[in-house]
Amino acid sequence: MTDMAVDTSATAELPRTKTDWLPLLLVPALALAALPFVGSGSTWVTLTVAGLAMGMMIFLMASGLTLVFGLMDIINFGHGVFISLGAYATLLVLGPLAGWAAAESLGLNLALLGLCIVAAMAVTGVVGAVFERVIVRPVYGSHLKQILVTMGGLIVAEQAIHAIWGASPIPIPLPETLRGAFVFGDIVVERYRVVAVGIGLVVFIGMQLLLNRTRIGLLIRAGVENPEMVEALGYRIRRLFVSVFVAGSALAGLGGVMWAFYRQTLTAGMGMEVMVLVFIVIIVGGLGSVGGCFVGSILVALVANYVGFVAPKLALISNILVMALVLIWRPQGLFPVARR
Amino acid sequence: MSMSSALTLPPDETRRSGFFSRILSSDPPRSWVLSLILLAILLVLAATPFLFSGSQPLSTAAKICVFIVLVASYDLLLGYSGIVSFAHTMFFGIGGYGIAIALEQIEPTWASAGIGLVAALALSAVLAAAIGLLSLRVRAIFFSMITLAVASAVAVLASQMSEITGGEDGLSFQLPFELRPAFRPLEDQLFGVTVNGRILAYYLIFFVALFVFLLLLRIVNSPFGRVLQAIRENEFRAEALGYRVVAYRTAASVLSALAATVAGALMALWLRYNGPDTTLSFSIMIDILLMVVIGGMGTMYGAVIGATLFVLAQSYLQVLMAAGSEALEGIPILPILIHPDRWLLWLGALFIISVYAFPGGIVGRLRQAKQ
Repeated sequence: MTDMAVDTSATAELPRTKTDWLPLLLVPALALAALPFVGSGSTWVTLTVAGLAMGMMIFLMASGLTLVFGLMDIINFGHGVFISLGAYATLLVLGPLAGWAAAESLGLNLALLGLCIVAAMAVTGVVGAVFERVIVRPVYGSHLKQILVTMGGLIVAEQAIHAIWGASPIPIPLPETLRGAFVFGDIVVERYRVVAVGIGLVVFIGMQLLLNRTRIGLLIRAGVENPEMVEALGYRIRRLFVSVFVAGSALAGLGGVMWAFYRQTLTAGMGMEVMVLVFIVIIVGGLGSVGGCFVGSILVALVANYVGFVAPKLALISNILVMALVLIWRPQGLFPVARR
Repeated sequence: MSMSSALTLPPDETRRSGFFSRILSSDPPRSWVLSLILLAILLVLAATPFLFSGSQPLSTAAKICVFIVLVASYDLLLGYSGIVSFAHTMFFGIGGYGIAIALEQIEPTWASAGIGLVAALALSAVLAAAIGLLSLRVRAIFFSMITLAVASAVAVLASQMSEITGGEDGLSFQLPFELRPAFRPLEDQLFGVTVNGRILAYYLIFFVALFVFLLLLRIVNSPFGRVLQAIRENEFRAEALGYRVVAYRTAASVLSALAATVAGALMALWLRYNGPDTTLSFSIMIDILLMVVIGGMGTMYGAVIGATLFVLAQSYLQVLMAAGSEALEGIPILPILIHPDRWLLWLGALFIISVYAFPGGIVGRLRQAKQ
């Protein structure tokens, strides 16, 4: 990236790829369209902010999966277990540092959350590396076997969680200062959701910068487009695969921590439960697209929130409806990834 | 079309056309050991009411029959068409709820059972076709994710609409008079057993299961089944030969859904109850996957072996493991690993090994041993 001048002139000559604005406009359009149905403005703001936070948490959990799929063409149905594992890994930190959670200090509480995230990402990253080596690597190239074998991995890993931490749900309290909500007039914003939005945005921006502004990101994007060519140019695509898989697992662990504190209970099946949403999101976004995953997460979460408020009975199937409508509009998802 | 299907038939299958061969749609087990095991399963299932006393063996046998249909219908999708559905329990549940709602809301007669079954079959067919057309036109992998999403939505829906489905509690209902334990068709005992409505219900399940299984065997060995296998092997080439991949796959998914619905109806008839846990839950979906893969994908007979093995393991393996766990008390780790609640861990490991090492499962293994 030293020769920026050459770079820019080169892009000027190439026909620029058009930014696809339509799906991006969908989110504000949807939010505005929901306003008259919701009625009161303050309720609308509350719902929108809550939906954004929910969307961020889903994005954290889904981003790893879609990244792995985009690069490696591997669909990991066992992704949910990394979410559960990340959630359970918080116990490693919460156990010895219970005092930090009870302390009335925002600094200590956030530090605790940070430590939980680090622990979770470390655990899921290591397990992800093992998972890739033992479970996934022998079945590169065959979707059918991938689905089956990762489901098998899911069963075994869930049972292992049962064996280690027991089968009954474990309550985990939110750190003291993250409980409750900010109230501005009629608008209520839960504190934890603000944290979730913050972390989600940081991860999203970080991923975008990494993918679009660094050499590794360039290689990953090139690998998504054409892995054989990247390999022919002398890069070890295998190593790239493994690191992306580990990163994807670690992201799931991060999402798992956020999700665990949101639910405030741990169960081994919690990852698999949320996987339904995750799959909807990555289908809506376009398999393999990180940006699509982000837009999809927010879209799905907002729709779920609005519909849940306006017509609670419909909320259950609203996600499916969103997915069906998007697929009818764009069968490959909002941002189709070119190659496949 | 006729030419391509004639070409794909193995030569030894075209020659034979005896009675058994026709019943089995010219697709015999092709292994002595396998034939003997299948025969043993068939005979034991056929004679269970007279071989064992008590209600548990009969319930286990009925469950095996139901799961053979369910797993065989799943094999039509997974083994023969090469697509993974996670909505199979949804159709299983629709069948169960069809019977349960009809018998509970209308009246406990054969007519209302018929109405319930027909309504359930219609709903399953429409849903399966809609999911297939929506997702299979893009990529088969969409189908897996979309079926998972739809199935979980339906499961939540079923537990929420409690005024119709009974919610989490499910529905208990009365069977038609002829299937109740109080019904005695014979004056005397038969082979030392009093024949009652319960035994009749078992035989109803047994024969329907047998019929549906043979029907599925017929389907996979028909020209239609050959096309499905062609698509599984090479989607692009099948399309190039002029077969509409989406149409064939959707048809397979509808057929498989219909068979699963019948299985759900049988399950509800046997239990006289239907609820989310008995037919709709995701853990049953995982059980089906385990059965089909361990038994042998794409063999149909694998469904029989897998279902029998799994249901027996579910009923009796835990007892065995409890004994083993107690025996190993004192040694570190080992008792935890064979704790009776960990039986799924071992089946999961067996599942992974099966996918890697024996893609044909037990049936494939037995057939190989012969050669």
